[in-house]
Amino acid sequence: MQSRTVTFHASPPRPAPVNQTNAIGWMRRNLFGGWKDTAITLVLLAILLSFVPDLIQWLFLNATYQGDDDVCRQNGGACWPFIIEKFQVLMIGVYPQDLSWRPAVSALALMGLAALTYSGRIRGVTLIAAWAILPIFALIMIGGAFGMQKVDQSVWGGLMLSIMLALVGVIVSIPLGVLLALGRHYGSPTVKVLCVTFIELLRGVPLITILFMASVMMPLFLPPELVINNLLRIQIGMILFSSAYMAEVVRGGLQAIPKGQTEASLSLGVTPARTIAFVVVPQALRHVLPPLIGRCIALFKDTSLVIIVGLLDFLGMVKGAALDTDWLGFQAEAYVFAAFVYWLICYSLSLYGRRLEQRGPSAHT
Amino acid sequence: MSAKIESNIATDETVIEMRNVNKWYGSFHVLKDINLTVAKGERIVICGPSGSGKSTMIRCINHLEEHQEGEITVNGTRLDENLKNITHIRREVGMVFQQFNLFPHMTILDNLCFAPVWARNMPRAEAEETALRYLERVGIGEQKNKYPGQLSGGQQQRVAIARALCMSPSIMLFDEPTSALDPEMIKEVLDVMIELAETGMTMLCVTHEMSFARSVADRVIFMDEGEIVEENAPAAFFDSPRMDRTQKFLSQILSH
Ligand SMILES: Nc1ncnc2c1ncn2[C@@H]1O[C@H](COP(=O)(O)OP(=O)(O)OP(=O)(O)O)[C@@H](O)[C@H]1O
Ligand SMILES: [Mg+2]
Repeated sequence: MQSRTVTFHASPPRPAPVNQTNAIGWMRRNLFGGWKDTAITLVLLAILLSFVPDLIQWLFLNATYQGDDDVCRQNGGACWPFIIEKFQVLMIGVYPQDLSWRPAVSALALMGLAALTYSGRIRGVTLIAAWAILPIFALIMIGGAFGMQKVDQSVWGGLMLSIMLALVGVIVSIPLGVLLALGRHYGSPTVKVLCVTFIELLRGVPLITILFMASVMMPLFLPPELVINNLLRIQIGMILFSSAYMAEVVRGGLQAIPKGQTEASLSLGVTPARTIAFVVVPQALRHVLPPLIGRCIALFKDTSLVIIVGLLDFLGMVKGAALDTDWLGFQAEAYVFAAFVYWLICYSLSLYGRRLEQRGPSAHT
Repeated sequence: MSAKIESNIATDETVIEMRNVNKWYGSFHVLKDINLTVAKGERIVICGPSGSGKSTMIRCINHLEEHQEGEITVNGTRLDENLKNITHIRREVGMVFQQFNLFPHMTILDNLCFAPVWARNMPRAEAEETALRYLERVGIGEQKNKYPGQLSGGQQQRVAIARALCMSPSIMLFDEPTSALDPEMIKEVLDVMIELAETGMTMLCVTHEMSFARSVADRVIFMDEGEIVEENAPAAFFDSPRMDRTQKFLSQILSH
């Protein structure tokens, strides 16, 4: 018996249905989808209406953009000339004005490298090296070396100091955190106990106590020739604190790597150390990019605590400006501006992190 | 499947020797007095029910699992605690896993170049050249810049074979290389393995692809409960098994 075969013809593909969403349709579905949704929308709208118009009035409509404190008082709204006059001191503190291009160059370098990282044009070892060199470059530019005029650390301040503390903190604490996490994950029992003790100790105390210890107690116990300057001590305190948290974040990533990955690498004759460095850690870091960025943002916000141990960071300068007798009564503007700057930076970091996450090969798997 | 492939055995040259190998997981005796001698160029298929210790046995050969008693010698090097020896043996023994285990954060090309560069200190350009040659050989040349997640299972497994071959191993271990594949892709992987067999590679394959065993293997080993129950040339093994345990197993896997 011979059976007849029939040739199979694939059906032609049809276009996907046209997306019928428009603004009104979207609102109807999402804001007024049922009586519960409608009620929530109306309540929220009422709350917004109760203060947003006043806020806009104060921020923009009644605000003063030019003039002195007397004009401001007459207008009643926000006094932006105050912020404009204080802008430089908020950004770089009492850093010499004629050298202000040096922190500016550092800031440009930071943004340039962030853009290069995002574009994916540099990767791997080059990328890591560039980020490692960046804080050194910034420190040299700001502090002065190689014949550039020296600027003493006592005059570093403002947003520049906040960013500096956060940048160095992040860049040093991530590798430290990776080492701690590796020690906890792969180490011998002794190493494991050491890492766990360190991590749990630092996570068990508030940052402010660590800053106090670094600033006040360390000089009491160290021999005088070993006492380093206050800024460096505080920076070290922040790094240690942050590295404990980074370690826990990275550990989560290490646990997420399937055993087959290490086995494949080992079976190729790659040594365990290189397997960890090139197969495990890169994948683990990619896994935990969102919480890692979260820790960076947290650390940046935490730098505002250094005001308590006498450093004049951004918030310190804002506080100083608010007390200026030439501009009495404009504290609100100073703190609104401070909140805006913190928000702007943190939100940008968060957006930047989310974009980084969407790129990269992990998106394909 | 094609007719029987000619044998390449060099009987006078032993490349793997396992003598009285025993292994326990806790108190569970997973390998019991394993004795196995593999000659250069020999192709061995290992089969047996799930949990019989097949994976554990071949993973002992490149020390992904540690044995507690007995001796394993590979290409004249004895496996012991010495990491140098272990790494040395691993460079000569390639392994292909059921789950492919490609590195998802590297491109296909980087997956292949990784070990030659970092374990053999081969210059990158030379490693790429070798990699491309093997990729062509397994039929994936055009995909070199993709990431593993963008390939089908069969393609990934062929890349995994090419990746192992880039280290120019003298022995290849396969642990159920087609078990995670859709039926349509099994053949493309088996074809690559058959081609490899024709080049004279020493191969140990854990697989239940009995037609592959018939046409490629010089010897079939049947394991159960951590022991080698029976071993024979494929024709004799399949047509007249000596042990009742083997008969039962064969009737089970051949019935469906
Ligand atoms: N890490 C481990 N710890 C404890 N027991 C294990 C471990 N790995 C494997 N075993 C046990 O050892 C036995 C042998 O496992 P093995 O993976 O070698 O079997 P197999 O023959 O390869 O089976 P399969 O066909 O399912 O792959 C099984 O009973 C398994 O449960
Ligand atoms: Mg198995």
